[in-house]
Amino acid sequence: MTTQESRNQLTRLVLSWLIVGIPIVYGLYQTIKSVLPLF
Amino acid sequence: MLSFLDREHTVAKPGYSRWLIPPAALAIHLCIGQAYATSVYKDALVAHFDTSLTAVGIIFSIAIVMLGVSAAVMGTWVERVGPRAAMFTAACFWATGFLVGALGIATSSIWLVYLGYGFIGGIGLGIGYISPVSTLIKWFPDRPGLATGMAIMGFGGGALIASPLSRQLMSLYDSSYDPSKSDSIPSGSAVAALFLTLGIVYFLVMMLGVFNVKVPAPGWRPRGFDPAQLKAKPLVTTSNVSAANAIKTPQFWLLWTVLFCNVTAGIGILEQAKPMIQDFFREGGTSTVAATAATAFVGLLSIFNMAGRFAWSSTSDFIGRKPTYVGYLGIGMVLYVLLAVAGSSHTVVFVLLAAVIISFYGGGFATVPAYLRDLFGTYQVGAIHGRLLTAWSAAGIAGPLIINGFLDAKGKPGNLVAADYRTALFTMVGVLAVGFIANLLIRPVADRFHETEHTDAFAEARSAELGEEVPAGELGKEADK
Repeated sequence: MTTQESRNQLTRLVLSWLIVGIPIVYGLYQTIKSVLPLF
Repeated sequence: MLSFLDREHTVAKPGYSRWLIPPAALAIHLCIGQAYATSVYKDALVAHFDTSLTAVGIIFSIAIVMLGVSAAVMGTWVERVGPRAAMFTAACFWATGFLVGALGIATSSIWLVYLGYGFIGGIGLGIGYISPVSTLIKWFPDRPGLATGMAIMGFGGGALIASPLSRQLMSLYDSSYDPSKSDSIPSGSAVAALFLTLGIVYFLVMMLGVFNVKVPAPGWRPRGFDPAQLKAKPLVTTSNVSAANAIKTPQFWLLWTVLFCNVTAGIGILEQAKPMIQDFFREGGTSTVAATAATAFVGLLSIFNMAGRFAWSSTSDFIGRKPTYVGYLGIGMVLYVLLAVAGSSHTVVFVLLAAVIISFYGGGFATVPAYLRDLFGTYQVGAIHGRLLTAWSAAGIAGPLIINGFLDAKGKPGNLVAADYRTALFTMVGVLAVGFIANLLIRPVADRFHETEHTDAFAEARSAELGEEVPAGELGKEADK
């Protein structure tokens, strides 16, 4: 694997995890906010 | 034009990172997990169609039935065509379901919603649910529990995202709708617009999975992975069993019973979570737990449902699948008894007990593909998983029937007291006990069920160690980072 290919793959990895990670963080944040009245 | 979907075009080149596969799987599961967020627009559909809650509830019921049916029927097809074609098909069905559903709402035809979201979307649910499982297990032979836990966590997380997102979108499409007020209901056109939006957005996100997913080259194995270590573990096979043969084994039906019991017990809590917490803390006819706090409790359970999928499934890689289910079912029984006898002592005790129970419910879903891999090998594990999911559909009927049957005899949930739940909870202890025994009875699959001709990455890797036939130049290519 060339350096360029490694760099492309790293970018792809970061983007892929961001695309699924950001909605999860959003969902968790919204749910935790709604859970606070319980305590 | 669609040849890029073919299995042969999805074989990873050397150096392809296996850590691209979990986000591909998550992209699918986070989208189809929306199925658990239907309560957000249920009241709006009741008002729009001027019908009953039961008639609207049928939409979700059809979708879940179709999930089980399509996962069972299409499992072998999914294995044959590979993950990319399966994910693409799931995306098409899931998105089309939303679009047809939107048309049904816009034209005030509930039958179109049944057909769209329920039937068509349900097929997308089933295919989407099983599509990444087999691939993940092949990429992570060293940590199958972690891999499937990550993906199936997405199904739990899908509702966490879809619920607040749907509320925000509907308030955007209907200015008179205020999501912060519990009595505010969005218009039918706002729900139709929401369906349209979700259909398009989910299709695009699922395409991320379609383009990123790849199967490992034959003989590939992660760096430092020694298949011989697996062989040394009890119950773990390096042989393979076909889906057709798997359902002839007692192990399949014992595991079916384990999953059925674990899900039935969990659904018992989930189904009644909101009225249950209020009923457990009722004094003189009035609950000390406010309606907003009860709603918050449901949200908290969904977090534990999601977290349990990842945490317990990952743990099973270290302690083994059978001991993990001993925990889900055995500790689960103790927790149910404690909930019945001491749950009303303090809200913190109640919340903690229910949270751990729900984490076991989620964990049961996420750990089962790895358990199947241990027992039946990787050959058709996705198809076997699809057939096993019929236990989920059956539990989806049995769980609410059991809990509602007992509670109906006492009165209406929301007007009961803690003691009224005891019979139902002790029945769930009995259900868990059946699953516990079924799990203990699981032994390795008899040799006569093993495939003799097929070899996969696992078998090939093992063959190499034994000095048998191995594709030249293929074995030992290490692609993981």
